[in-house]
Amino acid sequence: MHATRGETQAADQFPARRRWTAPAPTHGPGALAGRLAAGAVCLALVLPLAAILWRAATENPASVMGLFRLGPADLAALRFTLWQALLSALISTLLAVPVARALARRRFPGRGFVITLMGAPFLLPVIVAVLALLAVFGRGGLVNEGLTALGLPAIRIYGLHGVVLAHVFFNLPLAVRLILQGWQAIPAERFRLAAQLGLRPAGVFRLLEAPMLRATLPGTALVIFAICLSSFAVALTLGGGPAATTVELAIYQSFRFDFDLTRAAMLALIQLALVAGAALVSLRIGRPAGFGSGLDRPVTRWDADSLPLRLIDGAAIALAAAFLLVPLAVIVLNGIGGLTRLPASLWPATLNSLEVSLAATATTMALALAMALARRTWVETAGLLPLAVSGLVLGTGLFLLVLPFAAPATLALPVTVLVNTLMALPFALRILAPVAARIEAEHGRLADHLGLTGLARLRLLTLPRLRPALGFAAGLTAALAMGDLGVIALFADPQQATLPLQMHRLMGAYQMQAAQGAALVLLALSFGLFWIFDRWGRAGAEA
Amino acid sequence: MLRLDHLTLQQGDFSLTADLSLPPGSRCALIGPSGAGKSTLLNAIAGFLPPLTGRILWEEKDLTPLAPAARPVAMLFQDGNLFPHLDIARNVALGLKPNLRLTPDDHARVREALARVGLDGLGDRRPGALSGGQQSRAALARVLVQNRPLLLLDEPFAALGPALRAEMLALVRAVVEETGATLLMVTHAPEDARRIADRLILVSDHHAAPPAPITLLDDPTPALRAYLGAD
Repeated sequence: MHATRGETQAADQFPARRRWTAPAPTHGPGALAGRLAAGAVCLALVLPLAAILWRAATENPASVMGLFRLGPADLAALRFTLWQALLSALISTLLAVPVARALARRRFPGRGFVITLMGAPFLLPVIVAVLALLAVFGRGGLVNEGLTALGLPAIRIYGLHGVVLAHVFFNLPLAVRLILQGWQAIPAERFRLAAQLGLRPAGVFRLLEAPMLRATLPGTALVIFAICLSSFAVALTLGGGPAATTVELAIYQSFRFDFDLTRAAMLALIQLALVAGAALVSLRIGRPAGFGSGLDRPVTRWDADSLPLRLIDGAAIALAAAFLLVPLAVIVLNGIGGLTRLPASLWPATLNSLEVSLAATATTMALALAMALARRTWVETAGLLPLAVSGLVLGTGLFLLVLPFAAPATLALPVTVLVNTLMALPFALRILAPVAARIEAEHGRLADHLGLTGLARLRLLTLPRLRPALGFAAGLTAALAMGDLGVIALFADPQQATLPLQMHRLMGAYQMQAAQGAALVLLALSFGLFWIFDRWGRAGAEA
Repeated sequence: MLRLDHLTLQQGDFSLTADLSLPPGSRCALIGPSGAGKSTLLNAIAGFLPPLTGRILWEEKDLTPLAPAARPVAMLFQDGNLFPHLDIARNVALGLKPNLRLTPDDHARVREALARVGLDGLGDRRPGALSGGQQSRAALARVLVQNRPLLLLDEPFAALGPALRAEMLALVRAVVEETGATLLMVTHAPEDARRIADRLILVSDHHAAPPAPITLLDDPTPALRAYLGAD
C-alpha cells in the first residue's frame, strides 16, 4: 500500500513526461552496503533453517519423512493452529466491515482519533493486551462480574475462545484499516452519480460496495490468517493444554518441558512450511498492511442519511472503540495501583528490554537504510524474506547453532536483538524503500547535475528527506522489540529476562497486580519510544 | 563551440536525431511542438541520457563519457531546481562545492551571487518560504556560481506569469552576457525567444534542425509555420 502510494505520487509529478530516474548505484560504498546487508539477512535466515534441517535429518533420519507420521499431539497442534487462525481471520474481517463502512461514510469529531486508535495495536505489546483482556473478560474481570451479578454463568477466556478473542483484538483494527482503504478507493464521483440516480442504500451496496468487498475481504482475511499462524505470546498466555496448543507453543514446550530438540526442529519445519506458504499466498493475493495516513478523508454520502443507518454506524464505531479502549483503560487504571508492588527484579529486566529495543532499532535501521538505498529488486526481496519465517523457528535454529559453542542463556539478549531485527526489517524496509525511490525520482537529477555523490549525497539529500520515514520506522521497530515476547522465552534462564518475559512470569505466579504495574511500565515505554522516534522524524519535516 | 555530431537519441519508442553546431556565446531558443523532444535533447547534452549513436562535443572534446556533474554545463529544469530542505544560501553553494565544505571565500561568492539576483539577505530562507519568482532567482544565483560555459534552460520559468517571466529572461540575458556562456533554452513562446535569443533550433518530426537566425520567426519555413500556427 505504502509502496503503491509512493509510486503514484512520483508518477503524478511527472505526468506524461519521459521521466528520468537516476540509475541505481552499481558500484561504490552505497551499492556495496545494500548487497552486504541483503547477504547478511539471507545468511541469518538460512543458517538457522539449515541447523533445523540438519538436526531433524541426522538425529532421527525417520523424522524428515516423519513429517508425514506426526504424533497425535503434533497433529492436534497443527489442527489447532489452522483452526484458530481461520476463526480469527473470519471474525476479525466480518466484524470490521460495519466499522469500516461507518468510518468511511461518517464525519464526526474524534474520527481521526478512532482511525489512529485502529493503528495502535501494532505498537501494543501482546502480553499487555492479553493482561488487559484478562482484566475485562477473565475470571474476576468486568464482564464476568456483570454476568454473575445478573445470575448468569461466567465465561471462560482460556483456550480457543481466549486465543481468538485476543487475535480479534489485535486484528480487527488492522482489518478495519485495510477495508477502509478499499472503501476510500471507490471514487467520490461514483457516490455522487449514485445520488444523482437516486439509488437507495441497497442499490449503492450492490453496485459499488459489494464488488469492492469481494475484492478486499479475501486478501484482508488472508493477511490476518497468516499473522495468526505464528502467534506465540497469545497462545502461551491464553492457550495451552492439549486442546489449545499452537505449533509455536509446541516448539516452546518441547524446549522447556522435554528439552527434545529434535521434536522442536521437526515442529519448526512444520511451522516454516505453514508461515512461508501463507506469506507467499498473501503476498500474491493479499495486500500488505498499510500504516499510513490518507485514511482521514471522508467521502460525502447522500444515500446513508437516514436515522437507522446513522444509529447502526454510530453503534459500530462505539462498540469497536469500546472493545479497544476499555481493556486499555482498565490496564492503565489497574497498573497505577500495581506500580507500588513492582518487584525489584523488574528493573534489570526493564533495562534489558531497553537495550534490546535500542540495539534492534539500530541494526534494523542500518540494514533497512542500506537496502532501501540500493534500489534493487533482489535486495528488497531479501529484506522481505523474514516475513516467511516466524520468530520461534528462527530461535530454534539459533539455539541449535549456538548450543555446541556456548550456553544459550548467555546469548539470550543478543539472539533476541537479532531475531527482532529480522522480524522488524520487512516493515522498516516497506516504509523506507518507497520514500527513498521518491527522493531519487524528485531530486536525483538535480543531485547528479550538481555532483552530489557518496556521503555528501547521503548527508545533504537522502537523510534529511528520509528523516520522517526513518523516525516512523525506527519508532515502530523500537516498540515492536520493546514488547516482543518470543525467542527470549526459549533462551532466557531464570536469572535474566526482558520486561515482557518478567511480566509473563509475574502472571504465571498469579501476582496480577504486580503484572499490571509492569504492563503499565511496558506500555509507557513502547508507546514512549515510538513517540520519541516519530517526533524526531517529524521535527525536520517542515520543508 | 557545441557540436552535436550525428546524434541519435532514443527513449522508449521515441527517437530524435540532430547534427548541428552552435557557435560560442550564442543564445539559442529550442522551439517545437510538445513531445517533439526538446527536453530530451537538453537532457542528453546535460548527461542524463546517453546517446544511441553519435557524439556531443564541446570545444572538440567528447562529452559523452562524462558524468552530468563533470560536463561544462549548468542546467535549470522545469521544476525541482532547489532542494526544499536546504536554505537558499546552501542551495546556491552546492553549485560551488557539492559537499558544502565552504571557505570564507565561497561564502562571499554565494552572498555576491544572491545580491546579484536581488535576493540580498534572504540566504537563510528555505525555498518554501520564497515566492516562485524568488525561487527562480535563487536557481539563477546557483547558475552564476557554477560559472559553466554552457547554460541549458528547460522552461524553468514556465510556471511564472508573463511579467515575471520577462523579468527572469532579462536576468538570464544579463547573466550570459556577463559570463559569456552559450545559452540553449526550451521555450513555447515566440515572444520569449525574440526577447533573448539570437538563434533558433526547430525540433519537430524527430529531428532538431541546425540553428537559424532568430529572424526566421518573421519569415517562417513551412515546418515552423505549422508549429507557430501563425497566419
